[in-house]
Amino acid sequence: MSKFKKKKNSELPAVNTASLPDIVFMLLFFFMVATVMRDNTLMVTNSLPAANQIQKLDKKDRVMYIYAGKPSSRYKDKYGTQARIQLNDKFASVSEVAAFVLAERASKRQELQNVLTTALKIDGETNMGLITDIKQELRKVNALKINYTTRVGEYSQNID
Amino acid sequence: MARRASPEVNAGSMADIAFLLLIFFLVTTTIETDSGINRKLPPMDELIDPPIIKEKNIFTVVVNKYNQLLVEEKPMNISEIRQAAIEFLDNGGGKDAEECSYCKGNKDPASSDNPEKAIISLKNDRETSYKVYIAVQNELVAAYNELRNREFRSLYPNLGLTFVEANKRYSDPRSSSLEKKKLKPKIDILKAMYPQKLSEAEPSKTK
Repeated sequence: MSKFKKKKNSELPAVNTASLPDIVFMLLFFFMVATVMRDNTLMVTNSLPAANQIQKLDKKDRVMYIYAGKPSSRYKDKYGTQARIQLNDKFASVSEVAAFVLAERASKRQELQNVLTTALKIDGETNMGLITDIKQELRKVNALKINYTTRVGEYSQNID
Repeated sequence: MARRASPEVNAGSMADIAFLLLIFFLVTTTIETDSGINRKLPPMDELIDPPIIKEKNIFTVVVNKYNQLLVEEKPMNISEIRQAAIEFLDNGGGKDAEECSYCKGNKDPASSDNPEKAIISLKNDRETSYKVYIAVQNELVAAYNELRNREFRSLYPNLGLTFVEANKRYSDPRSSSLEKKKLKPKIDILKAMYPQKLSEAEPSKTK
């Protein structure tokens, strides 16, 4: 019996968990900060049209984005109200699309360069003329896989 | 002095609160994935000798600058276009070698021979609104999907899936490779039965 008593006396002190909250808070802040998803600041209005026959765009490293739409209210004075293209963080003209695609393609890994998809994030109010021009530019540089990015919804939402 | 040591605040539950927050953020941050209609553009270099396509195998859809639809030279409402496209694709009017064994259409000799030959040609004006264009695209893709779903169901009834669901499973990176391997040939067969021949016309050259 004395054996047990001895042990009781030399009991290990409990592990100090006082720093546990700090560790957890650190993780928490990491997640809060790291989950900022959008990497481009939008300079155009971008209410996407609705569609329901859609496929997901997984694998973000294989996608490049082209935005288009009317300049948002902050930029209206400077750039007018005509629909424009946005590449990265700048407004661009149609002729710059090809160079953008080539630059994006060059920045990707070798094995992905042939499977890139161009996601066209275009405002619903845009005229097809601009989109046709973009498509022609994409064909010139052989970027043939495109995705008309939409939001989920019935087609009837597109018709006023 | 009557100063009493204030009792220390018990911080033991701090970790629990922090964990709760952490789990909340972990669960609620869905990494937003984009979705949309996938299309493949035709290559730039023009064919020197374009194949001759019979007029009856082409289903022409024109969206004009007032966002009105003209389907096979007749004005149409957007809600009717899905059914019209299905009737065209599923017509199966071909004879002998061009006969379509799985088509359930009217076998109208003035419409498409078989789904492999049927081409939908979508034309638009420069002033067409993108919204309406997408709505039309959506309905045309829906026509293909509806037919593919029907055939997928009747070919593989024990899977309990539609073509769209199977395709989604297949392209989902979380699905196991075994499942993908099983689905791949089935999807390919369906894609060959109703190939998506949807041509977005080139801009007309006349200015």
